[in-house]
Amino acid sequence: MNDISLKDALKVVGTRPVRPDGVDKVVGRAQFGGDATMPGMIFGATVRSPHAHARIKKINTAKAEALKGVKAVITAADMPEIVSEEAFVGEGPMNFRDLSNNLMARDKVLYDGHVVAAVAASSMSIAKAAAELVEVEYEVLPHVIDEIEAMADGAPVLHDDVFTAGVDPKPTKPSNVAKRVEFAKGDLAAGFAAADKIIERTYKTAPVHQAYIEPHACIAAYNADGQCTVICSSQGQFMVRAYCAKLLGIDISDIRVVPAEIGGGFGGKTLVYLEPLALALSRKAGRPVRMVMDRVDVFRGTGPTSGGTVKVKLGAKKDGTITAADAEIILQAGAYPGSPMGPAAMCCWAMYDIPNARAVGVDVVSNRPKVAAYRAPGAPISTFGTESAVDEMARELGLDPIEMRLKNAAKNGTKALYGPTFQNIGYVETLEAAKAHPNLQAKLGPNQGRGVATGFWFNIGGESSASLAVNEDGTLVLVSGSPDIGGSRASMAMMAAEILGIEVEHIRPIVGDTASVGFTFLTGGSRVTFATGMAVCEATNEVVKQLRGRAAKIWEIDVEAVEWRDGSAYPAGDNAGKFEPLSLADIAAKAARTGGPITAKGAVNAQGAGPGFGTHVVDVEVDPETGHVKVLRYTAVQDVGRAIHPSYVEGQIQGGTVQGIGWALNEEYIYTKDGRLDNASFLDYRVPVASDLPAIDAVLVEVPNPRHPFGAKGVGEVPIVPPMAAVANAICAATGVRMTSLPMSPPKLKAAIDAAGK
Amino acid sequence: MYSPTYAAPTTVDEAVGLLANASGSARVLSGGTDLIIQMRSGRLRPQTIVDIKNIAGTIGIREEADGWHVGAATPGAEIGENAGLCAAWPGVTEAVQLIGSTQVQGRASFAGNLCNASPAGDSVPGLVAAGAKAVIAGKNGKRTIPVEQVPVSPGRTSLAADEFIYEFIIPKSSGKTADAYLRFIPRTEMDIAVVGCGVCVTLDNNGVCTAAKVSLGAVAPTVLVVDAAAKALIGNKLDDATLAKLDAAAQAACNPISDKRGTIEFRTKVAGVLARRTAAIAFSRAAAR
Amino acid sequence: MAKTHVTCTINGEETEFLCDPNQTVLDVLRDDLGLTGSKEGCGSGDCGACSITVDGRLTCSCLMLGPEAEGKSIGTIEGVATGDHLHPVQSQFLKHAALQCGFCTPGLIVATKALLEKHPNPTDEEARYWLAGNLCRCTGYDKILAAVHAAAAEMRGESA
Repeated sequence: MNDISLKDALKVVGTRPVRPDGVDKVVGRAQFGGDATMPGMIFGATVRSPHAHARIKKINTAKAEALKGVKAVITAADMPEIVSEEAFVGEGPMNFRDLSNNLMARDKVLYDGHVVAAVAASSMSIAKAAAELVEVEYEVLPHVIDEIEAMADGAPVLHDDVFTAGVDPKPTKPSNVAKRVEFAKGDLAAGFAAADKIIERTYKTAPVHQAYIEPHACIAAYNADGQCTVICSSQGQFMVRAYCAKLLGIDISDIRVVPAEIGGGFGGKTLVYLEPLALALSRKAGRPVRMVMDRVDVFRGTGPTSGGTVKVKLGAKKDGTITAADAEIILQAGAYPGSPMGPAAMCCWAMYDIPNARAVGVDVVSNRPKVAAYRAPGAPISTFGTESAVDEMARELGLDPIEMRLKNAAKNGTKALYGPTFQNIGYVETLEAAKAHPNLQAKLGPNQGRGVATGFWFNIGGESSASLAVNEDGTLVLVSGSPDIGGSRASMAMMAAEILGIEVEHIRPIVGDTASVGFTFLTGGSRVTFATGMAVCEATNEVVKQLRGRAAKIWEIDVEAVEWRDGSAYPAGDNAGKFEPLSLADIAAKAARTGGPITAKGAVNAQGAGPGFGTHVVDVEVDPETGHVKVLRYTAVQDVGRAIHPSYVEGQIQGGTVQGIGWALNEEYIYTKDGRLDNASFLDYRVPVASDLPAIDAVLVEVPNPRHPFGAKGVGEVPIVPPMAAVANAICAATGVRMTSLPMSPPKLKAAIDAAGK
Repeated sequence: MYSPTYAAPTTVDEAVGLLANASGSARVLSGGTDLIIQMRSGRLRPQTIVDIKNIAGTIGIREEADGWHVGAATPGAEIGENAGLCAAWPGVTEAVQLIGSTQVQGRASFAGNLCNASPAGDSVPGLVAAGAKAVIAGKNGKRTIPVEQVPVSPGRTSLAADEFIYEFIIPKSSGKTADAYLRFIPRTEMDIAVVGCGVCVTLDNNGVCTAAKVSLGAVAPTVLVVDAAAKALIGNKLDDATLAKLDAAAQAACNPISDKRGTIEFRTKVAGVLARRTAAIAFSRAAAR
Repeated sequence: MAKTHVTCTINGEETEFLCDPNQTVLDVLRDDLGLTGSKEGCGSGDCGACSITVDGRLTCSCLMLGPEAEGKSIGTIEGVATGDHLHPVQSQFLKHAALQCGFCTPGLIVATKALLEKHPNPTDEEARYWLAGNLCRCTGYDKILAAVHAAAAEMRGESA
């Protein structure tokens, strides 16, 4: 099965069956985080800071506690004080102490929407009323929102124990600059000296929210015996368990986290906001507590990803050969250190083989919500800068943007700026496929333009568990530890079905809770189909081995003489044809007499995830009188290794692309002068709606990853990397105006067009 | 704890009585697409909610001698299904159907949009340009005023505490008269207007404008009637010179704010653009009549 | 606090409930009647995840107060399928992989059914504008539109 050249021999992988959890979702029966109930359940609500930066002088909960129906009120005093310690539980850097303080402010509030207290009551309306009765006395402090202003001398300093890491000598004064990282190779000065043309630009991006449609929700029960159950929507039940244990001082074995269906995550549900609060409220009230955020809370208190400043310098020869490339990426971390500036720096030049290159990342705190992972964290921000610059270079040199990229493309054997030497990558293949796509033959009219951009994401592996059990009738139950955020149950079942040689409908894939399946790292980094898929394949191969063993026992021949194909055991070698084949159902029926239940587990720490590349081409039309941009057609080409379920692979590409279009055109966090979020609603935080968009043509290129049984690579994150630069490049082609600041919203684009006199 | 009372009167008098005698603040509920959101956010906490939709005449459309009578709470979707009104007043009817989503259209009404008193309400410039009137019921019976006299500042109307809008009367259009409404939003749907413009024109047989009314939304504290813009049209055909004068007049009338939806400069320029584009549609509709 | 007694029809069944005057129909459906298929994504009419029909007209259940339901006929996602027989909109959403996380799906299915009952053969533009009030953050809408057109064809009796 490891021979990935046998694509034609695959019977299940590469087909498009209906997903196993589908019916529940189209009839309204699927249980999401806010749908679960428990006997005796009460309702929690939070009290949030109206200030961007303030010292908490006093919290008076007496009036809230006195309200009839209120069962518990908690503040930071009810939570253990956590010491500073790096956590490797979620996606991206996090410190346990910071996370604790982010959940519930201890001494200072650091952003508008920071939680200062929580209440639980017998109804949601009482809980909300009680939250309004909690009196908090603040000493308002000066605040800073913008990352460049936060770096300036004299800016309000958020933390007195943050000294810039990664610089020599170590600073003696605390500042808002938490960390600096650098990746470099070659000789930059020599590279720029050898260039015929140098482009130097500064780009700016706004923070954007993951904007999953399901607000965070959980229900938590802390029992009198110390046993805890949490049902919640998250990207990792084991992540929730680890954080709850650490932040509340509970043994991991005392917490069972049951994954609900998750209504979108995109990275934003890779850490906790409500679960530890709900448990703490439950502990105090002695009742299960449900907490559900409203949309305003989601915008003010969770996510988003960083906004930032990207400074790019690019040098090239007249023929388009890039001689030197430099980028500095300054990212907002939000209220606590830990922006994705590392991956932003590592990804921004990864599409190219550049002899002299550098990428610097800078992590800056300011009075905004702590950033959370968002699809390819950091890469879309830095790549907006670098791919805009590459486009401008191609334009200046009179080169076709795809040819310019082909000339400098990373290939097998290219040593990436961030370290590894690429193998089995398909970047060039995506460029060639884009070039050949019929959409590139479409004629463009007045005020229309075409833009090209490309992007990279590592994809990751890591720890995953799965188990497979043969039922008495020969059907199977497949349990894995990965929450399914986009159809992964289907691909897990398909891989198992392929190995077993049976129809996928005979396998029921389940996402296990923390007590029913082995540890599995969260759903993120585009790892599930790769890593959890490997665990599934391992378990399935073991089941096949056992099935052959049972057949051997029944036939009384050597196991080596039993072959498994098309869902049945066949006698092989000298025994070929001597016995009637035994189907899975036949063997299952005889399991008790041949050794008992047939089950197997797979447990992997998967290595060798194949890096992903994409090439996007977009046509836009600009209304020069209003600055409105209409996306006319969109082609998103991506190397996916091997598409297990092509529909859901296309869906990842289409969805990621559209999030990128939103990031490019209209999405942003808008703050008032006093540091309050001014657009905490879907009305004014403008994600793309159906009528904003054309069809998104997703094109799958398959350059298999030999490290995966079927050649799969992660696919979910690459597609959000290119769109911002692609749209900016298309706008430039349409108008001659180079937009360097996101979002390219109508007022900004109109002002730029007018300023350019176009 | 906040807990309002809800009443669904079936007569005008009963509704007026409820509004007049309410202890604390009272609010009229039509489609609720603004009111319910404001109650939820805590911005408004009326003690009494008076749902007027069970009063005969508050939902539905009738053509009478003095014009089209549109019940105050008639949802946008129902207005859009009335072929006669849509043919007579495409601008007015398209405008109300721009409010929110298909789902919001199932509820949102002229009266709610007008009494929310946002300068950006999509249906208001269209009604104003068309010369629509609001029939207001109160303690002292009914009175009829031009739509533009209802809002007085953002969030405030000229209605007394015991009053509510019962219905609208949109004049019958005759001859070569036609209207249009356009708005600018960043997306294609689901946004509040950054600028809105309603234009109604009457042409003679040579395509010369003999009467005009131009209204702008979201560029001042209330929806504007821009007489200078109408003057730029009257006596002229829609040539480049007229369009330039119209654009300038519209821009000159603007007194907008910069906020999360647009800047002063942007709103002002786009008001001129929309005035030109809306007038072009109104002229071509009128010429075709 | 005095609750309001409301009698209405939900998915064809006569239903009674008690509610606070400021509870929305969405709150009533989810918290009091156990009909959790309608979802709250925003509570402000901006996302469409709570879409229902009221006397046949599509609306957001978060934009309607519980007492307003008196005497009305309400349709929710739970009433779209007939027993275990899926409506064409449901089966085409599955066939076309028009859902990823599935949270917006109930609202989209209710809205699509309403669209196709009124416009049996919508253009792509008509369908996209009709559904503009149903946010989906996962799919980019592409496969949703494919499912809408396939369901329309099936409902018109054309081979899908």
